[in-house]
Amino acid sequence: MGTKKVSQKDFEKWVEKLIGLQKVFGVQSKDDKYEFGALLKAENLRLDYDITILPPKKYFLPSTEQLFSFGESGFNSSVDGEPFILFGVHPYDFVAIRQLDVLFSMKNNDVYYQTRRNAATIIVCDVENISENAFSGFLGFDHVEKGFDLLVTKTGSDYLVESGSDKGKKLLSLMENAVDAQAADISKRSEKWKKNRELLKKQLLKANVNELPAALGKAYDHKIWNEKAEKCFSCGSCNLVCPTCYCFDVQDDFGWDLKSGERTRSWDGCMIENFATVAGDHNFRKNKSDRYRHRYYRKGKYVPEKIGEIACVGCGRCISACVARIANPVEIFNAVAEA
Amino acid sequence: MASGATNIYLPEYATITAAKQMTETEMYFSFKLDSGKPLGHMPGQFAEVSLPGIGEAPISISSSPGSNGTFEMVIRKIGNVTNKIHTMKQGEKIGIRGPFGTTFPVETAMKGKDIVFICAGLGIVPLRSAIQYVMENRKNYGKVTILSGTRTPSQRLFIDELKKWAAIKDVTVLETVDIAEDGWTGNVGVITTLFSKVEIDPAKTIALIVGPPVMYKFAILELRKYNMKHQDIYVSLERHMKCGVGKCGHCQINNLYCCQDGPVFSYADIENIREAI
Ligand SMILES: Cc1cc2nc3c(=O)[nH]c(=O)nc-3n(C[C@H](O)[C@H](O)[C@H](O)COP(=O)(O)OP(=O)(O)OC[C@H]3O[C@@H](n4cnc5c(N)ncnc54)[C@H](O)[C@@H]3O)c2cc1C
Ligand code: SF4
Ligand code: SF4
Ligand code: FES
Repeated sequence: MGTKKVSQKDFEKWVEKLIGLQKVFGVQSKDDKYEFGALLKAENLRLDYDITILPPKKYFLPSTEQLFSFGESGFNSSVDGEPFILFGVHPYDFVAIRQLDVLFSMKNNDVYYQTRRNAATIIVCDVENISENAFSGFLGFDHVEKGFDLLVTKTGSDYLVESGSDKGKKLLSLMENAVDAQAADISKRSEKWKKNRELLKKQLLKANVNELPAALGKAYDHKIWNEKAEKCFSCGSCNLVCPTCYCFDVQDDFGWDLKSGERTRSWDGCMIENFATVAGDHNFRKNKSDRYRHRYYRKGKYVPEKIGEIACVGCGRCISACVARIANPVEIFNAVAEA
Repeated sequence: MASGATNIYLPEYATITAAKQMTETEMYFSFKLDSGKPLGHMPGQFAEVSLPGIGEAPISISSSPGSNGTFEMVIRKIGNVTNKIHTMKQGEKIGIRGPFGTTFPVETAMKGKDIVFICAGLGIVPLRSAIQYVMENRKNYGKVTILSGTRTPSQRLFIDELKKWAAIKDVTVLETVDIAEDGWTGNVGVITTLFSKVEIDPAKTIALIVGPPVMYKFAILELRKYNMKHQDIYVSLERHMKCGVGKCGHCQINNLYCCQDGPVFSYADIENIREAI
């Protein structure tokens, strides 16, 4: 849909303009790390980040959100559909959002997710710095060529901005002093993609991704499940930081009048001990290894069989988040592929 | 209001039209949707029962669709929602979402066949919807055998209905209890002990099994002794459920979602699913 080139200065001006136009959430520094948060000034935007602590999933599936309130007027559901801009989503995280788009509309549409998703304009940005545990390069999730509203790539001291939707085009039209990108600029971007594909291979994935569902199918009794899970604290951190985890719990609360109140849903994790426990204290995944295996089967087999794509995007967040040092999907995928 | 089509998480109101204690821990309820519409379920399906402020619980629909716009449930008191509903009376309101899930094959595989219902513990509650359906359309099915087992005589459910069904032509009802109490003159022993009294023609029989998780293995072993084909055996499985609509992930049985791919499964479809039985 057209790619523009713009100087650093005009790019920043444009970001400032967007902030005046809509609510913008963008990547900013937080101590020595990075996170998505409300962007108040263009200069706070850090498109040179390596990885954010939490994935941008939280803007579509908040860690806790109200499903409805109840009271004398009955059940009332409302979800904020105010337009917003999500600035600086890395390609692998964008792939995760694309997967959630499919999962939350499959068979039954989830209006909360969908309303937020429709309200968003997503600005993807190519990776400038490589995080320590990244492996999206092995999965083909190191860059994206479609689906985004806008794609931003830094080339030297300029930015290339491509629009991929009408929403994106509209925002792009607000940019001043932008010129059409030339073939040489586009090939600079292609070079960057090629380089990033190789750089985003910090964890060495040897397994063939397409054969992973079949390999897992044969690895149910592999010794690795026990070996790893033995050290697991069932803390759920690997679930929490994962851009493709979307399980949730549902909770009711009364207000002070004990008549009105709300029902909310919150992130949940399949690694947590009582995730599958039913009344009478019967836990269908009682052993840590059962839960541990389930997580990797979801990433490598169950969800891929539904959506046709591996449900781990290679961000490496779980690897960094696990204090037991056992949550590396690459180790699992390599081991089952070898067996 | 949320934009877009129907909101899968939003309950509708229903009113309790009857409530009565059945045993120490089980209560019977009948409900009617405030919209006046029938629930629109088929035997084997469940609905999410909502008590705003307390929570939601998936509960089987225990009546056949034919009961003039009301639907029935039997609820065991075991936690937050179920304890609270045990304090509720006729005329009070609850929330309902559903019906959800797969159904017993009353209009497909079961048609024209002999039917064996194997009900252990609370298993008779979901199976009753199919039993009623079969009795209402008696000529569409062959011989019917109902095996029912509970821990003790005082935990028996639907005693009058079992008696009524037993009086119907070509219907056999066999009951047993694990532990006899004073005055019990019937069979004593786990439900599988009843199989010695049953004749099954594997060529024309469909078996439906519902009971506590540990029971399925044993009941299926008995049925396999009759050389029953695995696709002719149906089970209904329970799992932790939070949404009922295939999103929350709690009910997964390996790759299957109990709330959508189940709760009713043919044994042939789950015999290789490691987490199933
Ligand atoms: C398809 C299906 C059909 C069912 N049919 C019936 C029925 O006809 N009659 C009946 O009495 N019961 C039925 N149940 C079981 C019933 O759903 C649970 O007993 C109920 O959810 C417990 O809720 P609670 O709020 O009272 O307990 P809670 O206070 O929520 O919890 C008590 C225990 O139950 C577990 N639990 C919590 N939520 C669920 C849940 N949604 N499903 C299962 N366990 C849960 C908790 O982990 C805890 O261990 C059915 C369950 C399923 C999945
Ligand atoms: S499993 Fe780990 S590496 Fe894969 S997407 Fe989730 S957090 Fe990232
Ligand atoms: S982060 Fe590590 S210790 Fe915690 S649940 Fe995941 S694997 Fe287990
Ligand atoms: S109950 Fe939520 S996915 Fe099945």
